[in-house]
Parts: sequence; structure tokens; C-alpha cells
Amino acid sequence: MNKSELLELKKTACKVRQWTVEGVFNAKSGHPGGSLSAADIMTYLYFKEMNVDPKNPKDPKRDRFVLSKGHCCPALYAALALKGFFPTEEIKSLRHIGAMLQGHPDMKNTPGVDMSSGSLGQGISAACGMALSAKLGGDSYRVYAMLGDGECEEGQVWEAAMFASHYKLDNLVAIVDYNGLQIDGSVEDVAGLDKLNEKFTAFGFEVFETDGHDFEQIEDTLNKAKEVKGKPVAVIAKTVKGKGVSYMENQVGWHGKAPNEEQYKTAMDELDAQLKALEA
Amino acid sequence: MAESIKIATRESFGKALCELAKEHDDIVVLDADLAAATKTEIFKKAYPDRFFDCGIAEGNMIGVAAGLAAAGKVPFAASFAMFATGRAYEQVRNSVGYPRLNVKIAGSHAGISVGEDGATHQCCEDIALMRTIPGMVILNPADHYEMIEAVKAAYEYNGPVYIRLGRLAIDSFNDPDNYSFEIGKGIMLEDGDDCTVIATGLVVYEALKAVRELKEKGINARLINVHTIKPIDKDIIIKAAKETGKIITVEEHNVIGGLGEAVAAVTAENCPVPVYRIGVEDTFGHSGPALGLLAEFGLDKDGIAGKISELMKK
Repeated sequence: MNKSELLELKKTACKVRQWTVEGVFNAKSGHPGGSLSAADIMTYLYFKEMNVDPKNPKDPKRDRFVLSKGHCCPALYAALALKGFFPTEEIKSLRHIGAMLQGHPDMKNTPGVDMSSGSLGQGISAACGMALSAKLGGDSYRVYAMLGDGECEEGQVWEAAMFASHYKLDNLVAIVDYNGLQIDGSVEDVAGLDKLNEKFTAFGFEVFETDGHDFEQIEDTLNKAKEVKGKPVAVIAKTVKGKGVSYMENQVGWHGKAPNEEQYKTAMDELDAQLKALEA
Repeated sequence: MAESIKIATRESFGKALCELAKEHDDIVVLDADLAAATKTEIFKKAYPDRFFDCGIAEGNMIGVAAGLAAAGKVPFAASFAMFATGRAYEQVRNSVGYPRLNVKIAGSHAGISVGEDGATHQCCEDIALMRTIPGMVILNPADHYEMIEAVKAAYEYNGPVYIRLGRLAIDSFNDPDNYSFEIGKGIMLEDGDDCTVIATGLVVYEALKAVRELKEKGINARLINVHTIKPIDKDIIIKAAKETGKIITVEEHNVIGGLGEAVAAVTAENCPVPVYRIGVEDTFGHSGPALGLLAEFGLDKDGIAGKISELMKK
């Protein structure tokens, strides 16, 4: 990508983070930590990678994105709104009674959401079904599923991994947002995910590792993923939980908590400053 | 009337899928290493390119089905009732039910008539589990001809459907030339005014034989076949309650959460009459030949007739 594209992506990611914080703050609940760690990858997917049209969100030929770590939907909603699927104002009523934007993704009511998700481990299976459907129909669309690192403790992830490999779903990319933290602590302390790349390799995936906050690396990795034939791809994206908001970074306590008024202001000031620096 | 044939509804299901697939390219069939038992192998042989074995991983199978449906296919996902609705309950709820995806789930080897495999495989809870999922349609066909029509109706209906299949070969009793299946519509098999027997699935024919035998003994019972447990046919139940004043339900399922409670909910709110439930009395099954187990659990013709006679004295 050229410099101006890179700059635009960085600015968009900053706005995705602002709207993520806006949503969680107004909801007075939600999951900012993992949303912020996933924000750059989602920005890249929606603003550079995927073939999607906000005017035709159900286009059968579109690329699909399944947020298997559904609790991080504040970032997804921000990306979708900024892409034009619905007004950003909707984000202010996230999780409210009668709101379009639910606490976890709801494909029935939210334009651009390709699969309802939130119960961990389930999105990756649905992504396999979509990828299989593309193969059956001779369609060229690709399916991206984003998983949490903690989510990989779910057995269903590995059932799905066996399936994807067995049916050679090379149109499927499973991206693991590896921020190292889950509700009860670090993933290593809670359950031990060590050698996740080797696990996916053993399950028949082509595995790439990337810095999940470096757009050039993300681009390089996802381009390489397209060259892989005959097997699915896993991308282990090393990320920082809470990325972009100083006091949230690498803090397990910000997994599922909303900022108070003061914290919200601090977060927005920081993100404003980052955006201004990029615009300067 | 066509000749009665003896065939398990799982086999009727497999044949029905093949027939439907001739005309509909969007049908895809999934199984979890039980194709030989659920009879999806019939489809697999005819349409190998549209059959996908998911291995012994029912949760993933339901999720894959959800993804296929989200992308426009009409997947039929089959396993034993125990695993399709029990093991994978939460996947059915969250990946299929909540997004209301067009997935058809087939649960074979339902009830105690599984036989020798015993309690771990004799699912008497599947109807209860599926009833709790908003929007889930539950079909429990009673013979070969009904299953053929039920599979067609399930395909034509846009939304999640659970279809209950039996392992045991049973005699058909419906006349295919004079039969029509409509989701949510019960079928009166015998008229009567002393009481109404409402049965579902594999035990409907046993109930029919019991009701016919009792007519000769002076008990004039009405018999209704409820092949759709959800949405249940309220009209036919309320009419029966008003006209006969007493209802006896018969099902090869736990009396908790199944047909009996579904019927009782309708009568309680619309026309309170006594509702007695014949079924598996909140217990697990055990190993044994299917017919012997049905007799032991009071779900064969003699058991049902005996229980109806007893209840008519109340």
C-alpha cells in the first residue's frame, strides 16, 4: 500500500476506536479491551480487503466476516457504521432497549453483520459453512473469521479446524486476535494456549503470524493467505488488549467494563490527539 | 388404499431427501459419522457431491449447517436425536434458532425404541429441548408416508425445523392417495366422543390399534395424530376438549416437556379438561429389544389400551 492509503487506514482505525469507546461508554457495559485489540484488523478488512457494499449488504457474491469473538462487536459496529452500513448515531444506543445494535452481533437486524455470534466457538463453524457453500456454488468470495485467543479453548474451534482442513477450505481465513488476556487472567495462566501456531499447523492449516496493529504486515499476510491453495489459513495476530487507550492497554480489567465519565473523556482525548497527529 | 409397508421413519427420511434433491439443487446433507444409521447414506450414494460427513463433532456440524444456510443453501443435518438436540443444543439455539436460519435438523434413534443401545442413546428429551427454542418447528411423523410429506414440508418452510426419526421399522397406516400434510395441522384418525387420545410419532399406530380395539369394548375414543408438536394445532385440541371432555396423550418421550405438556398448556388456557399423559415417566430407558421395551413402558397397543380403560374409570 502507498503512504496515503496507510495514513487513511490509520485515521480510520482511530475513528473505529473512538466509536468503540463511544458505544461502550453509552451502553455502560461491554467489552472495550478486545474490541480495541481487534480494531486495526477489522479496519483493514472493511476498508481495504473485503469486497462488501454497504448499499447491497446481502450481495450473495460478497466476502464474509464472522466475528466469532462476538463480544468485541463494538469495534465491528464502528467499522460497519464508518463504512456506511448504518448511521454512526446508532452506536450511541448500543445495548439499549429497542436498539438495533445488540450486545452481541445479530445478523437479522444489523446490516453488514454476516452471522449472529457471541457464544464462543460457534462463529468459526458458521464460517466453515459459508466457505463450503462458496466451494459448492463455484463462488469466489472469501470468508474471514476472527477468533479470540481465549476462544481457542473451546473444543468447537478444533472441531471446525478439522472440518476446514478436511474439506480444503482455502477460501477461509481464521484470524486469531492474540492479545494474551481473557476474563480470568492471561491465557497462559488460565488454560495454556502455548504453541497455538503449531496447534493450527497440526490441524492442517497454513499458519502466518503478524503484528495485528501493523497495516503493512496485515496486508502482506492476507495477500500471502490468498496464495495458499488446498488448505485453510490461520493468522495469529499479535495484539495489545485495549490498544490505543493508554490506561486500558494490557489491562485484564478492561476486558468487560465500561469507562466512567472521566475515563471516557481521557480515552476520547487520547484518541483525538492520535487522530490530530495523523492529520497533521 | 395403498398396501401397508413396514419401514423405519429414518429410512423414509433418507429416501425423501433423495427425491427432493432431484428437483432442488440447494439441498445439502450433513451427518456426524452416523450416515448408515440415520440413513442419510441413501442420499450420500445418490448425491456424493452434496453430502458432507462432519465426523463425530455434532456442535460443529450444526454451526456448519448455519453457515451454509446463511449463504443460501438448505442444509439437512442429521445425527442421533440425543446428540443433534442434546450435545448440540446450544449450537442449535444460538447459531440456528436465534438468527432463524433455514436449517433442518434430523434426530434419529429417538425414544426408547432405539432398543439394545440403552439409556445413553435413547433420547426422550429432544422434543422438550427443541420446544424451548423460539421459532423452532418440531415434526414427529408417524409412518413412512407422513415422513415423506413432512420432509417436503420442512424443505418448503423457510426457517429452522427439527424432524424426529425412529430406528424401529413400523407399519404404515396412512393412505398416500388420501393424505395431506400441513405443518401445524393435526389429523383426526378416529372420531369419538368419550375422550380424545392425542398421539405423536412412532406410537400413533399403536394408539390407533388400541382405540379401535376399545371401540369394540364400548369406549368411543377420538384419536388425533399430532405430527407437528410446534406450532401445535390449538384448534383441534380445543375442539376435542370441548366435545369429549377428557384428553389422553401418548408419546415416546418423557412426559415432562413433550406432547402431553404442550397439549395441557392449550387446554389449561382455553378449555380446562383433565389431560392424562402416557409416555416415559421421567425415567431413563435401558437395553433390550425395541418391542419389548415399548411393551414394558406401556407404549404398545395393549399398554395404551389398558391405560385408556383405566383412565376412563376416573
